[in-house]
This record gives sequence, structure tokens and C-alpha cells, in this order.
Amino acid sequence: MTELVKKKKKKEVEYSKETYLNWYEVMLRVRRFEERALMAYGQQKIRGFCHVYIGQEAIAAGLTSAIRPEDAVATAYRQHGLAVARGIPTSECMAELFGKETGVVKGKGGSMHFFSKEKRFFGGNGIVGAQIPIGTGIALAEQYKGTDNLCVTLFGDGAARQGALYESFNMAMTWKLPVLYICENNGYAMGTSVERTSNVTDLYKIGSAFDMPSEPVDGMSPEAVHEALEKAAAHIRSGKGPYYLEIKTYRYKGHSVSDPAKYRTKDELNEYKAVDPLKVTESKILDKKLATKEEIKAIKDKIKAEIDEAVRFAEESNYPDPSELYTDNYVQKDYPFLE
Amino acid sequence: MARELTLRDAIKEGMTEEMRRDDTVFLMGEEVAEYNGAYKVSKGMLDEFGPKRVIDTPIAELGFAGIGVGAAMNGLRPIVEFMTWNFAVLAFDQIVNNAAKTLSQSAGDFNCPIVFRGPSGSAGQLAQQHSQSFEAWLANCPGLKVISCTDPADAKGLIKSAIRDDDPICVMESELLYGATGMVPDGEYLVPIGVAAVRQEGTDVTIVSFNKMMNVCMDAAKELEKENISAEIIDLRTIRPLDYDTIINSVKKTNRLIIVDESWPYAGISSEVAFGVQSKAFDYLDAPIIRLNAADVSLPYAPTLVEGYLPSPAKIVNAAKEIMYIKS
Ligand SMILES: Cc1ncc(C[n+]2csc(CCOP(=O)(O)OP(=O)(O)O)c2C)c(N)n1
Ligand SMILES: [Mg+2]
Repeated sequence: MTELVKKKKKKEVEYSKETYLNWYEVMLRVRRFEERALMAYGQQKIRGFCHVYIGQEAIAAGLTSAIRPEDAVATAYRQHGLAVARGIPTSECMAELFGKETGVVKGKGGSMHFFSKEKRFFGGNGIVGAQIPIGTGIALAEQYKGTDNLCVTLFGDGAARQGALYESFNMAMTWKLPVLYICENNGYAMGTSVERTSNVTDLYKIGSAFDMPSEPVDGMSPEAVHEALEKAAAHIRSGKGPYYLEIKTYRYKGHSVSDPAKYRTKDELNEYKAVDPLKVTESKILDKKLATKEEIKAIKDKIKAEIDEAVRFAEESNYPDPSELYTDNYVQKDYPFLE
Repeated sequence: MARELTLRDAIKEGMTEEMRRDDTVFLMGEEVAEYNGAYKVSKGMLDEFGPKRVIDTPIAELGFAGIGVGAAMNGLRPIVEFMTWNFAVLAFDQIVNNAAKTLSQSAGDFNCPIVFRGPSGSAGQLAQQHSQSFEAWLANCPGLKVISCTDPADAKGLIKSAIRDDDPICVMESELLYGATGMVPDGEYLVPIGVAAVRQEGTDVTIVSFNKMMNVCMDAAKELEKENISAEIIDLRTIRPLDYDTIINSVKKTNRLIIVDESWPYAGISSEVAFGVQSKAFDYLDAPIIRLNAADVSLPYAPTLVEGYLPSPAKIVNAAKEIMYIKS
């Protein structure tokens, strides 16, 4: 396990009951959503690729408290947790996984491609690293329009090796674009550990080649994620340009449903399970007496009911009509498709 | 003698035999070594050849494709695996602007003996970015040769020919068919690049196809047989250069042609075949050529949308009846 995660934080900033309960609820919602998605996948109700967020929930939590609703988010295919954290209803997300017309993109995108203009969610990209320049461009548009918004652009440790990152970092820094880059370093890109892909394994150091402010963050702690994001966002909003955080986290499941994850040890997994952000936050709330056992149970019941309802909604919705194959390919309504 | 082998094992055997034969051949790509290949095509190759010759790369398609090109210009014979051809789009600069053009630019001084390979085509509900066919994209480019074949025996013989070939070659496989089996001859053999195979002889209609659509055509042929329609089925195997002779000879016999092509219809392989046949065998055609392609759209996720996207045996049967002027 990384030093960062082991190290006990020196000063504990105090957060309110509301903040803790919000983080707890977001993480629980994501965890339960993903567990049900895996179950539905096992029942073949969800098909194709399915990459879950279990273990990485503290990042979703920090995003809800430190970033404004007007800010944009662009990420990769491991996106369910971030989409839910951005307020896309779990019912629409689940229906999307089921390929139903009531899904967030009408059953057209599936697990890897959620989009919501309303929630400022710019996707779910299936091409590793593609969202890095796209997120940079979303930020360029905010700067161009003179808004106060930033674009949070998230990518994996594997994606950090794509050339597009280096090109984007350079332009973003040169043009002082309002973009917050977050590398969700969960230690692996499919079966390849970070150590096997580069000489530079502290991924935050990549920023220094561009003089971009960059820091490592403990991704198992919603407090640490929140603090880092808040500071970075303030820097960006002050017009000083991009900021880059390497958030060290872990995925408890395989890369996707089909990956047995034999390339890592049980011990390593257990070390990270011992700092499960959901469990740690729950005990913290109880220890600090921010809420009673009954209040926690009420949240659990509420989330369970919500996810049950999401699954029911997904199951009872219809698949899109076959004619939908020819919609949404061009904005032009009478586009002449070839037979 | 022959053995039953999966497509993935047949391709592995081809690569392995060539690596034993020629120590300038090496394999490079994402997850090819320690993980034994994302689709297990290279299973066991790291054990046999070691990390010098079976190399795991970071996710950096443009970079490692270019590294392959440089190595090929400097005396090696790289096999570059793309996890799927969808991701090779990032590397098109090196494939199209360099691998394909090195010989011309250097006036014959440098050639680029490299094989780029991986699965192409849709594979169920994988949605827009993971479902594309790339034969037409790459076959459009002079300087490249393109192979697309999923018959295990032929895939093995073709990958061996490709590795020995002195020009850059793109080899398209199939995610869905890696586990499908076929009889593969024992011992050393090559399958020539640029030669199609007649999979079934027939007299009424010629059906030309390649890659996993071949299975759809063979299913359609069985249906047609029940209706006393005799189909001749041709597997192109190589997309560029195209074996016009085999197609034309067949059309001269059947006078009817259906092309079944998983790539999009616009400016595709099917247009190329149809153009060649009408210009070389116009007088032999008794009906317009029909082509069946993937729909002219990006493939979405939902099962109801995947269903209608690809050519099916039923669509082929209807097309055959249409050009034979049989009312169904
Ligand atoms: C350009 C490209 N290359 C390869 C792939 C196949 N692939 C999908 S996810 C993945 C690993 C990415 O790992 P990482 O960036 O660390 O993200 P994580 O899955 O850990 O969230 C790979 C190689 C792809 N989708 N796109
Ligand atoms: Mg990763």
C-alpha cells in the first residue's frame, strides 16, 4: 500500500454532520448501485463491458462537496459512480445498463457511455485517454465564454501513458485553461500495474514537466479528496490555469466483469479493504457521534429502497424501438442514409 | 493429419512457429505478455520467448505502433497487437503516414516489414466505440496489405505469410470467433496473401464475404439449399490485394452476385467488389449486384438496436431470391 494511504493525517479538519452524512450517502448509493449492477450482469440483464467503481467511491464523494453543479465533468468508461455523484438518477443509470429507452441516453450507450447536458456530464469515454483533450476543450469553452466554471477531467493510471495527456497538459498550461485533471490511480490498467508501464510511478510528477501545480491525494479518504479538490478549484477559478491531482485509490473488483484479477495478491486487496472509505466513514460518523445507529440505518434503508426501485424501473422499462437505430446519427432530420 | 484448433490457438501457432524460425520476429502490445493477451491469443508465448521478444506496452497505441515502424525499418520484423482495431485508430498516423509510405518515400531504400494485428468488427452489445470494422479504412491506403480471415487453418497460414512478407500488413481477426474451432493441418504450411478461397461450390448465386460474416453466409447457404438454390460461397481472406479472378470466375458461372460485408456500406469493400465485377464481367450478370452491410450508422448498445444492424442469413436468403426473381 502507498505511504500516502498509510500515513495518518496530521491535522484533522472538522466537517459538519451534513457533510459527513452526504459523503456517506453518496458512497453508499454508488456501492449499492454497483453491487446490483454486478448481480444483474450475472443474470445477463446487462451485457457488453461493465466496469464498476467499487473501492473508488471516496472520489465521487469529494466531487459532490467540492465542485459546483455548474462545473463540467468528463471521464472514462468507469463512470457509473461519478455519474451518480453528479446527480444523474440511479433509475436512469440502471435503465441505461439494461439497455432500456428510459436510460440516461435512451439505452444507446450502455455502461461505458453516459452523458447528461443537464448535469454537465460529458461522458463516459471508451477510448483510453480520449477524454483528456476533450475535457481540456470543455474548459477552453468555459474560458472563452468568460464563465467561472471549470472542467473536472478524470482518467486512469493507464490513460496517463497516452500521448494525448502530454499534448493537453501543455496547451492547458500555456493557455491557462480552467481544467482540473484528476488521475484516478487505482494501481492497475487491466492486468498491468503502474510500475510496469513507466519509470515514473508517482503520476503526479508528470505535471512538473509543464510547471503545472500537482499533488498526490489519498483517494480512500473523502476528507482528503474534498480538501484537495477545494484547493485546486480555488486556484483554477482565480484564473491561474490548470491543476493536477493524482488520487491514489483501488478497485476492489476486477477491471471489468470478465477479469478475475489474478495479477494481484489477496493481501494487497485486503490492505485496501481495511481502509474501505464507506466503512471507515460509517465508523467515523458513529465514533464522532455525528449520527446515531438508527440514523445510519435509516440512510441504509433509504438507499436500499432507491436501488430496488432503480432495478424495478430498469426491468419494467421497454427496449428502444428498432427504428431508433437511425436516430441521433445526424442532427439533420432527413439525412439520406445508405440502404 | 490435422487437429482441431481454436482461431486464437491457430494464430498463436503461426506466430510461435515464425518466432522460432526467425529471431528478428517479436510481439509487442498491451497485455500480450504477462496477462497472456487480452483475448489469450499469445498465451504461453512469454514463457517460451521471454520478455525481450514478447513485450507488454503501456496504453500508448500511437507510440508503440511507431516504435514498431522504426524497428521494422532497422532490420526487425515486429508483430504489433492492438487489443482491438478500434484502438488502432490512435495509431493510424504511424500505419498510414509511415508504415505504408516508407518504401515510396525512400525510393525503395527502406521497407517496413511489420504486421499490425487484432480483432475487428462488432462483438455484441459493445456500443459505438468498440464495434467497428476497419478493413475498408486501411485497404484504401496504397502501401498496405490487408488480411481478414477467421478460418483457423487459413488464419494460421496467412499470419505466417504476413510475418515473412516484406511489406506492412494489417491483419483483422474476430473477438467473437477466437474460441471457434476448425481443422488445422499438422506441419509447416503457408497460405498465400491475395488469394480467395471457395468455401462451397454452387451454380445459382455467388456470395462473397470475409471474416465473421462468412459464418452467416454458410448458414444462409444451408437455408438456400432447402429451397433448391445452389450458392457458391467465396471467402476473400485477403482484402488488399483483392483476388478478382476467383470472384469473376464464379460470377461467370452463376451470373449473380451478393456481397456480404460487415463494414459500413459507404465507400466500402462491397463497393470495390461490385465495381470490379461490373467492369470485368458486365455481360455475365443476369441481375443487379446486391450488397448487404452493417447499417449506415454508429452501433448503439441496446439489444433491439444491435439486432437489425448486421447482415443475417434471412437477409441473404431474401437477397438471393430477389436476384433470382423468385417470389417469396
Ligand atoms: C485507446 C485504447 N486502448 C486500449 C483500450 C482497452 N482498455 C480499456 S480499459 C484499459 C485499461 C485502462 O486502465 P486505466 O486507465 O488505469 O483505468 P481503470 O480501468 O483502472 O479505471 C484498456 C487497456 C481502450 N479502451 N482504448
Ligand atoms: Mg487504473
